[in-house]
Amino acid sequence: MVQEKVKQPVYGLTVRGVKKHFHRRKKTEEKLRFHQKIRHWLKREKETIRAVDGISLDVSIGEIYGILGANGSGKSTLIRLISTLLLPDAGSIHVFGDDVVTNSMKVRRVMNRVSVEASFFKRLSSAENLIYAARLYGISAAEANKKARNILERLGFEAKRMDGEMEQLSRGMQQKVAIARALLTTPMLLLLDEPTTGLDPKSKRDVQAFIEEIRNERNAVIVLTTHDMVEAEKLCDRIAIIDNGKFIAEGTVKELIAKVPPKDNSPVTLEDVFIALTGKDLEEGEE
Amino acid sequence: MLNIRRETIISYAFIERNFNLLKRYLNWEILFFSYSIVNALTIGLIMVGRGSSQDVLYLVIGALIWGFLSIMMREVSDAITWERWEGTIEYTFMAPIYRITHLVGSCLFAILYGLLRTGLVLAIMPLFFGEHIDLGSANWITMGVTVAVSSLSFIGIGLMAAIFPLLSPEKGQAATGILQSVLLLISGIYYEIEVLPDWLQPFSIISPATYTLRSIRAAMLENASVQSQAENLLLLLVIGIVLIPLGFWVFHIAERYAKRVGRLKRSG
Repeated sequence: MVQEKVKQPVYGLTVRGVKKHFHRRKKTEEKLRFHQKIRHWLKREKETIRAVDGISLDVSIGEIYGILGANGSGKSTLIRLISTLLLPDAGSIHVFGDDVVTNSMKVRRVMNRVSVEASFFKRLSSAENLIYAARLYGISAAEANKKARNILERLGFEAKRMDGEMEQLSRGMQQKVAIARALLTTPMLLLLDEPTTGLDPKSKRDVQAFIEEIRNERNAVIVLTTHDMVEAEKLCDRIAIIDNGKFIAEGTVKELIAKVPPKDNSPVTLEDVFIALTGKDLEEGEE
Repeated sequence: MLNIRRETIISYAFIERNFNLLKRYLNWEILFFSYSIVNALTIGLIMVGRGSSQDVLYLVIGALIWGFLSIMMREVSDAITWERWEGTIEYTFMAPIYRITHLVGSCLFAILYGLLRTGLVLAIMPLFFGEHIDLGSANWITMGVTVAVSSLSFIGIGLMAAIFPLLSPEKGQAATGILQSVLLLISGIYYEIEVLPDWLQPFSIISPATYTLRSIRAAMLENASVQSQAENLLLLLVIGIVLIPLGFWVFHIAERYAKRVGRLKRSG
């Protein structure tokens, strides 16, 4: 297949009109009798979930782009589309000019992701998990060990705990190992899908400080999804607010705040903007 | 362009990971190993006192080879199930590796693990059966060649079975179990296929286990040479040559489907 290249200017990440709809069997809340259940099953009524519904965005090299959204708004689906784990129904996604569908192997080489769930082989040690992950990127065990120790120490993770089983670690510790796994491969595109959700305050601060360090150290493209307003305000150069699979606002914190008139002379916060634009409270639930 | 050296090193990641997991779940391994021994013993003991030593060995070979072939079939599928449960499948699928590299790594582990476990069980058998297990006249070359050639077919079947847990970890394991039990029934593991009902016998022709068992029994009971088993081995080779690419293709289709409908994610 001929590889499509995006014309200048080349952003680190370009998303154009991406859609991802899921078709699921309709569930009924009613209590059905056996024959009604069979009839319902035979009808096979389906509903369409518009998880991502025509999203476009551009992220420049060296930028942290935040995506702020409530539970089920489509943040994680968008991240999965970028990370080649889902195929888009429509639209295109390019990472450093390469299409994620037609040139997925090249894209995967320059990208990594941290998800809200720190997924690991729980009975293996952190070191074993990290060496396995690094080998998949062609990194030797010795190099992976050295790099992992360095990253984990910077994250406030004691290196001596690397040989203990993952299931013995707290959620915060596991998330730090997940961040080390992503950074071992020196990705040019780093997708952080709610990396601090559920972490204790100290771990949260450690992770946030490290994200800032990465931004300052190297010209990577970072996409951060979150429902933490303070985190978004602190870390992101630009923020998009996502609701029902659509971006309903995008800009710097200043630009977003300017969209909402102040009430009772009190300054407008990012939370006020979010509630005013979506009619939802971010605390309602977590994705 | 496929860099063979790089892909071989990456394949090793799966072998190393699985052996690491094996070490961590050593209690389970001891349990599975004990089960394999007890299974071979109980099946072999049926014939002690009723039949000849040849009959005992006939059944023991059936139990051992079925154990080995089951590992071949299940290991790739189990690796996918495990990754689905742990949620690591998304990270494996996100890594810049060819699927063939990923699956070859899992298959190589299955072969090594299967040989190790079956070899250990075989080594223990004479302790229980004494003179009934006489391996002095076995043709080990024929046995080795048969195991090597038949592994191809079973890896092909394993690749196809792996699509079940890829699409659904819960239902997937059950589906793999059903496939395995059908092969057990039709392949003459513990009996000659002639004793099957007439309508079932044609199915045994397409099962690679049928030819594997025939050649291994001939090698171990009758000291059959590789040449004398050429027809069986050729059939096994042809089945393997057909099933392996078919397995990869079916897995590729299933992966595309999983990515289209969003089946890879565990949660979040």
